[in-house]
Amino acid sequence: MDYGVSDSAGGHPKSSAQYRAIKILLAGGFGVGKTTLVGAVSEIRPLRTEEPLTEGSLRTDSTSGVEGKTTTTVAMDFGRISLRSDLVLYLFGTPGQQRFWFMWDELAIGALGAVVLADTRRLADSFPAIDYFERRQIPFIVALNCFDGATRHDTQDVRMALDLEPDLPIILCDARSKESAKEVLITLVEHVLVTASEEPLSGIA
Amino acid sequence: MPSNDERWLDAEAGPVVRPYALTQGRTRHTGESFDLVATVMATRARTDPGSLAPEHIGVLQLARIPTTVADIASDVDLPLGVVRIILADLRELGLVVISTPVVMAERVDKHTLREVLNGLRGL
Repeated sequence: MDYGVSDSAGGHPKSSAQYRAIKILLAGGFGVGKTTLVGAVSEIRPLRTEEPLTEGSLRTDSTSGVEGKTTTTVAMDFGRISLRSDLVLYLFGTPGQQRFWFMWDELAIGALGAVVLADTRRLADSFPAIDYFERRQIPFIVALNCFDGATRHDTQDVRMALDLEPDLPIILCDARSKESAKEVLITLVEHVLVTASEEPLSGIA
Repeated sequence: MPSNDERWLDAEAGPVVRPYALTQGRTRHTGESFDLVATVMATRARTDPGSLAPEHIGVLQLARIPTTVADIASDVDLPLGVVRIILADLRELGLVVISTPVVMAERVDKHTLREVLNGLRGL
């Protein structure tokens, strides 16, 4: 039997050179609404990774009884948005806790940019993500998820609290709303375009 | 032959074998590394299906149309590390080509950025 490729059908591009996959990262603390935002604007797909246990995770995850265990299964989601038959946007929610940092480098390579999703009640949770993207010169924006009942903060106060550059976009969003999630992504891509006009971009420093 | 969307190990059955048993215990893949959104596409090379494990055949079938490493891992419901090893095996056999995504090129292509922007606005 032939397992080689047959002629493409159904509007699929005929070669991989025509297929463009673009990666955007969505970072933020635990429970800030990353999965909600991905689900609002795209088809969510599950992804399982089996990763080596680091010293950090060994401290956090009890391994009593399974001392020989050297890997841990990390479940994560990603979203897929087909913009055209040959242009697909992938949204990866990066696990916020520091013990998952080993996954960030893999996710960050070649990423177009990142959205740091923040909850004004727990702004400090977004510090690690902001530090990470600043250090690696990955363009990012901050989106404040406006939870019901959360006090609306002036974005200027948040800019000061997070010590962000004056030209870094900060927007308010409702992670449950498709229109709002779209606006977040549009703001990021516009920011990347502006940044790209100013200096040559490289994916990761 | 099972259909493309049939999973080799479904959730109800539970893991029949430990994930890395599918790779004969290997946890590192061969050759050049590749990104989560690298494009995978089957070549026209023919192979004797008897020489491949069912998981390898399943992955190969998914790559008949251009797809990404992440999409394949999600479709076959195997850990990413296992899928990477299977893909690298298939690449070594000349059965798939794994290409670096366009945006990973040194400079971001502004034309592509504008296309993304227009695509998002049209959602």
